[in-house]
Formats: sequence, C-alpha cells, structure tokens
Amino acid sequence: MTATGIGASVRRTEDHRFITGKGQYVDDINRPGQSYAVFVRSPHAHATLKKIDISAAEKAPGVLGIYTGDDLAADKVGGLICGWLIHSKDGSPMKAGAHPALAQGKVRYVGDHVAVVIAETLAEARDAAELVAVDYDVLAPCVDLAKAQANGQPQVHAEAPNNTVYAWHLGDKAAVDAAFAQAKHVTKIDLVNNRLIPNAMEPRAAIGEYDTGQGGFTLYTTSQNPHVARLVLSAFNGIAPENKLRVIAPDVGGGFGSKIFIYAEETVCIWAAKKVGRPVKWTADRTEAFLSDAHGRDHVTTAELAMDADGKILALRANTKANLGAYLSTFASSVPTYLYAPLLSGQYNIPAIYCEVDGVYTNTAPVDAYRGAGRPEATFVVERLVEVAARQLGTDPAEFRRKNFITSFPHETPVIMTYDTGDYDASMRKALEMADYANIGKRKAESAKQGKLRGVGFSAYIEACGIAPSKAVGSLGAGVGLWESAEVRVNPVGTVEVLTGSHSHGQGHETTFAQLVSHRLGIPIEQISIVHGDTDKVQMGMGTYGSRSGAVGMSAISKALDKVVAKATKVASRCMEVPETEVDFTDGVFSGRGTNKSMAFGEVALQAYVAHKFDSSEIEPGLKEGAFYDPKNFTFPSGVHIAEVEVDPETGVTRIDRWTAVDDFGILINPMIVEGQVHGGIAQGIGQAMLENAVYDANGQLLTASYMDYCMPRADDLPSFDVAMTTTACPSNPLGIKGCGEAGAIAAPAALINAITDAIGHENLAMPATPQTVWRAVQKAPSKMAAE
Amino acid sequence: MATVSMTVNGKTVTKTVDSRRLLVEFLREDLRLTGTHVGCDTSQCGACVVHVDGRAIKSCTALALSCEGKTVTTIEGLANGATLHPMQEAFREHHALQCGYCTPGMIMASVDLVQRNGPGVDEHTIRRELDGNICRCTGYHNIVKAIAAGAAAMGSVRQAAE
Repeated sequence: MTATGIGASVRRTEDHRFITGKGQYVDDINRPGQSYAVFVRSPHAHATLKKIDISAAEKAPGVLGIYTGDDLAADKVGGLICGWLIHSKDGSPMKAGAHPALAQGKVRYVGDHVAVVIAETLAEARDAAELVAVDYDVLAPCVDLAKAQANGQPQVHAEAPNNTVYAWHLGDKAAVDAAFAQAKHVTKIDLVNNRLIPNAMEPRAAIGEYDTGQGGFTLYTTSQNPHVARLVLSAFNGIAPENKLRVIAPDVGGGFGSKIFIYAEETVCIWAAKKVGRPVKWTADRTEAFLSDAHGRDHVTTAELAMDADGKILALRANTKANLGAYLSTFASSVPTYLYAPLLSGQYNIPAIYCEVDGVYTNTAPVDAYRGAGRPEATFVVERLVEVAARQLGTDPAEFRRKNFITSFPHETPVIMTYDTGDYDASMRKALEMADYANIGKRKAESAKQGKLRGVGFSAYIEACGIAPSKAVGSLGAGVGLWESAEVRVNPVGTVEVLTGSHSHGQGHETTFAQLVSHRLGIPIEQISIVHGDTDKVQMGMGTYGSRSGAVGMSAISKALDKVVAKATKVASRCMEVPETEVDFTDGVFSGRGTNKSMAFGEVALQAYVAHKFDSSEIEPGLKEGAFYDPKNFTFPSGVHIAEVEVDPETGVTRIDRWTAVDDFGILINPMIVEGQVHGGIAQGIGQAMLENAVYDANGQLLTASYMDYCMPRADDLPSFDVAMTTTACPSNPLGIKGCGEAGAIAAPAALINAITDAIGHENLAMPATPQTVWRAVQKAPSKMAAE
Repeated sequence: MATVSMTVNGKTVTKTVDSRRLLVEFLREDLRLTGTHVGCDTSQCGACVVHVDGRAIKSCTALALSCEGKTVTTIEGLANGATLHPMQEAFREHHALQCGYCTPGMIMASVDLVQRNGPGVDEHTIRRELDGNICRCTGYHNIVKAIAAGAAAMGSVRQAAE
C-alpha cells in the first residue's frame, strides 16, 4: 500500500480551495445575461387561490416575466413526484394528491409557491414580488399530527380521506400478540420524535439556462444527486429529453438529505429560462430554507416491549403516525416505512415484531429524509424501550442489552433485514471502559454533593446503509435502482480520472476515492482526480445519501479498477513478453514472475495508448473501464454511544460531561474523515435531543423560521467527543465498508434522553430537552413529589 | 447610487453602488470575491465574517457605504501569497471543515478570536467566542482543535517576527 492508500488519515485534497475562498458553490456562479427569480409564497397554511393579480408587478422596473401555476400547466410541466410507492395493509396503493411546482387552485402550507417573478436584478425581483396581489380564501388548516386523521378535520388533499396517505404495516401481528400474552413483563412508552429542519449552511440555489443555439437546458443546482434530478426533470416534469438537459451540482455546502429532492424552485428556474430567454438564478434566503426545505422526523409513536421472567425480549410492537407534510416530497413515503420499521430489531434478538405506520398529510412543509432518515426514529424507539425496560426490571441497562444482543451472523430479523456481520458486545465493552462506567456511582455521588443530578444513558444503535440492492428495493416499491456507477480513465502518462455517480457535499470523496485508486494502482493521490456532479461528464449515477457512497460508490470504482488492472496486465504481458498468468502487480509495478522484467503502471498506461507492442485485434488500445455496482445487501453499521450528563435541578440546564462513541463501520478508508462524520452526526443528534424543534402554531405559521428562533447547536452547546472504532469487515461488498455518515445522528438522541431521564429519575421527558423542559420535568420527579 | 472607496485585500477599489448595497453583496457581486458566504438573514451564522480595519465583522450587516476609506480583508486575502495563514493551515491539518461553506467565516472569526485572546486561548474560551459562527457539519470538535493549534502557530510566527 502507498502512504495515501486505504486506512491512512490523508489530509483532504479538496480543502485548499475551501480554506482560500475558492470553492464554487451555485450562488458563486454568475452566468452571462443572468436574471433573478423571487418566489411569491403563501402566507397562509391552507387557502383557496381566488385570483392572482400581476398587473402592477408586471409594470415594475426590470421585470422580465411573472408566472403562475397556470403557465406551467399550459406548458404541460409535470408536477413534483414521490418516487416510492407504498401500499397500505389492505393492499391499496398510497393516496397522494397532486404536487404542482407552482400552486394550482389551492395553497397547502406557509411558504407554498404561488408565483415566480423574474427581473433584471435581485432587488427589482424582490420589489416586484411585493406588488403581486393574491386574493386568498383562507381555509381552516390541519396542523396537529395527532388529530389530523380524525373525522371532521380539514382535508389537505381530496384524494386522501382523513388525511391518511397510507396505513402500512410490517411484521407478524399474530405472533406478536401471542408473545405479549405470555410476557412476564411489558414496558410501554409514548414518544414524540420532534420535527427538525435540516439547515445545511448553504441555502438551496439554482440557475436555469437555455441555449437557443443547441436547444438544450443546463441547471446548476445544490443537489446531492444531479443525475436523479435530470431523470426526474426529464421523464416526469417534461422539461427536455435527457440528452438536452445537463445538470451540474458543483461544490455543495452540506445536504443531510435535504438536497436529495427535486423541488419546485429548481424546476421553475430551468423551465423559466426558456420562457424569458435568459439564465434565471434563484438563491434561497434562510427564511425560505426554513419554510420550504423538506423537514425531517415528526413521528408520534406508542411502543411496547414484551419480556420473559429472565429479562429476555420476546416481542416488540410499535404504532406510529408519521407527518408527511402538505405534499409528498421525492422519497417521503419510504422514510417512515421501509427505512424505519425494518430497524426495529436494533441489535437484539427479538423473535417477533409488528409495526403499524400511518402516513399523514398536514398543512405543513413536506417532510422527507434528514440525516438517518427513519433509522434515528427507529433507534429512538428501540433504545428508549430497552433502557426503560432495564430500569423497570432493576437490571443494569448495559447488562440488559448484552443479554439480548444478537451474537451469531448472518441473523435474519422478523422485519425483512438479514444482518450480515457485527460484534455488538465488543463495541459495548470498549465503550464501557472508555466511559469509565465502573465508577459512575462515585461520580453520581459527587454530583449529588454539589446539588447536581448526574445521569448516564446508552444507545446501542444499528442502521441499514449502503442503500441499496436494486431488486430488493424495487420489490418494496422504489421507483429506481440504487446501484452506483464509476468510470476509471487512465491517461497515457499514468494519471487517473475517476468519474463517479456519487456526489460529495462535505464527505471528502475527492480524497477517499483517490485513496482507493492510490491503494490499488500504487500511484500517489496527486495523480488522481475525482470527477463528480456533472451529468455531461459522468454518464449516470444515483448520488449520495443513506451512507452509501463508500459501500456502493467506491465498490463501483473498485469493480472498474479490477477491469483496469486486468487489461493493464494483458498489455504488460505483451510488452514484457511474459505470459499473462505470470504477471504480478504490486505497489504500482507489473513484473514477470521469475524474471527481472518489470514496468511501472505509468509505462504500461503509455504502452496501452501507443499500441505498438500488442495486436490491436486482440487487445483494444487505450485504458479506460467502467462499472455499475449493485449491492448484494444493505450494510449494517452499529455501535454504542454513552452520554453522561449533569443536570442543574435549579435551572434545568444540562451539561454534557462526556460523550463516548464506539462504532463499527467495517473497513475505514480514512479514519480522520470517518471521525469527522461521527462528530457531525452526534452534534445533529444532540441538537435534536436538546435544542432543535420546528414549531408550527395552530394556524400553521412556522414559529421557528430563523436562527433567532430555531436553536442550532453552537460550539458552546457541545463537548468534545471520545470516538473509537471496533471492526467487523462487511462481507457484502468488496471493500468491507459499512458506511459512517448517519451513525452519530442515529445514536445520539436516545443516548442523551436516556442520560437525562436517568439523572432526573423518571421517563417523562420530551425532546428537545431544553432547560425549561428539563426544569419542569425535575419538578415532576417522584423524589421531588414525595418530598412535597 | 453613491461612490465608495476602500482597500480590499491590499488593493484600493472604487465603485458606484446602490446605497442599500451590503458589504457582503459588494464583495461577492461587485468585486466577485465569492469566498465570503451568506448563510442566513439574521446575522446569526457568521458565514460572512470578514475583517474591517483588523476586526471581525459580519459583512451581511454592514452597508458597503459604511466602509468608506476602510481596510477590508476577506478569506481570499488572508494567505501571504502561496503561504497559507497558520489558521488556514490548522483548519486543513485538523480536518476542521467538511462542506466548506462556513469555513471562510469561521477562519476569519478564528483569527480575530486569537488576536483578542492570545496564542494560549483555552477550549472554553474558543467555544464561547465561536458563538457567532454556525457549522452544521463538524460538530465543532475539530474546529476547536484547529483554532487552538492555529493560535499556537500564530504565536510562534509572531515570536519569530519579533
């Protein structure tokens, strides 16, 4: 291996442009003749659109065009789609209403798109947008998830009676009921998984452009998956055939799921570019991001765990209402179903599981995948259940988990998944040691002397990543295959370009993908370029989400590299006049076994292009290979996080004293980058558990639509983290990778709430556990009540 | 419209701008210095931090006209030619950035933080003083490490100069 190969904490090659201000994000790009779009948005959660009067706005200085839903309809621009078909338990397909890019007839949430104003400058577009007069007939909104399905509630879409998109289930209800009937102990909890707003630091942006000469469109967009955007814009929105539609996602400033989706604004910008005959640019301001980026989580769940007399788990039952918002976003339907319930076995042997999920419309922003997507919700259910069960049984929570851990693999759960490998106890042992769990009693006593409440909480999470085997997800309703593509182009001098369908928006692919190539071809990473994010360069790809780019994207590169090495071996064999079977390739050098003949990789590349030394009817000139890789299985990263907190009962302020994370991500390409992913994930998980909450009032107004109101984690809210790894190599892909991007966000909320509830002595604590919430909970503690 | 002159990254610039032009718009659109970013509309996130007369300010909250005659340094002007500023180097070395969007503002704020608190600034102070800069990717863990290391390196550079 080279110093820049697999396993080395190589410093990131992309960093130079970011630390010198030379990144190229969408808003940094200005196109010649560019105009600016501003969207007129609904101030009401639910209203009939009676009239949109654009007469005054049209006359405003600099205005180039004003368009509404009628203009899109006249041009037959298709609505926004949801790409995963879920069937209800009665077999009927989900009931979805239309999702036009600009509203037609009705608006359904605050921020819904009513019209677009395009002008010479941004200021002129803003000024003109103020002059668009919209006559709304305001309707009562349906905002409260818990009540949305009741009779008599306002209907968000006529197509979905009682606002129910689907009533889905998974698992064996009869087996679960039977297990509960025999149980010696049952633990029941009610949970709210609070609604979050992803808040990538770069707001969404788009520039649509139409080339009248070529007759083609280009869209610059903040996307995690530009090829999927092109596919949808072409096949469903009908903007242009794919060969006339180029989508470029340059540097993208964070995604966390929210930039997977194909949104109204991007669709309108590219369509409008042809209408006005000018490039059209739109950049969200932060308020627009809060209002119209797809939100995350938002579940209400009742869950129960059945145990025998020895504390062995017999069954798990969960009933969840999932808020999908006012329209189905691109993958909204899959998140609370197939990305949620199949994870309810956690790390445990649970013989029977049954989960019911109702997907529910409300007059709020669409809800879709946000870092973890379904898996944080599942982990919160499982890890709160086992923690509470252990406490009720008087068993140490770590021991209770260890007693129920799955220990042999492969392990088939009752909810679809087959876990391929893992060593859950190894992570637990290591975490207990690092967290100095043996002395927690002493530390609790010391805190008590200071008038503080100390608590410790566990989260032994599992996630399904490496999304996903195409045939398997197809059978579950996915509209696409979830493979990945790669092309390895070796230049005549031996430098390499890798074209990948994955997209990097913070993950460091330009470094880690190059490490794989460096490792395999024995060349330094300076000689390797990673090309991504442009549909004219990379033929096709499925993009980056679901912690899939290592396990799936790099596996595709690995497969293409196999082909490159195989062909280069043939070329080297002819050049050295050594039989192919006697050519070895190590550390970048081809050598003839038992001879003193050798050629460096670069020399072989040159010979492949010169094509003098072989018969080109037998070996084609050149050295370039492509591959599509479809994973065999999901991957199953797992680990144990331990949070230790100290609560001040007088103020409700929680201080996180220490955070221990031990994760098993399989083989690591770059440990430094992996640890960075863990840190960021934990911060988002702590944000959910302690700080963040998207709040709508009864009228459907978003009360948390700025950083003044939505509490983002800041440096002084968080501790430093103790992060370590255990390793079981993933057998389901050639690199042994499991994926690490979402783990922290999946693990952290349960660990933190388990810690705070341990500190305050009872389980009734909602997220986010703000000082006020914790203080109120402290007042209700049994010890406090008894004292009074 | 009004005319404004200032020194930006060592060069004097004079432009006629709309009087409502913000400093960040002036930098990004009129000078095309796009390293300074906009991440919010309430002066909370700090992606737009630049130095004006040596002090960190949020360029989304200053009018371009208010910088008449002043000296502005942006992320593009922080390095000394091909030699990175010690804080830039520390961010790279300690993996203190992921998507890179908050990074220019974070680095500019960090340099100011060290100038005010000295090369031995402790973790508690770093975390408290980063209050005006939001990062969604890193969980701040490596940013805090990088600032401590960058602070020490800035101290050595100053010592070497003296």
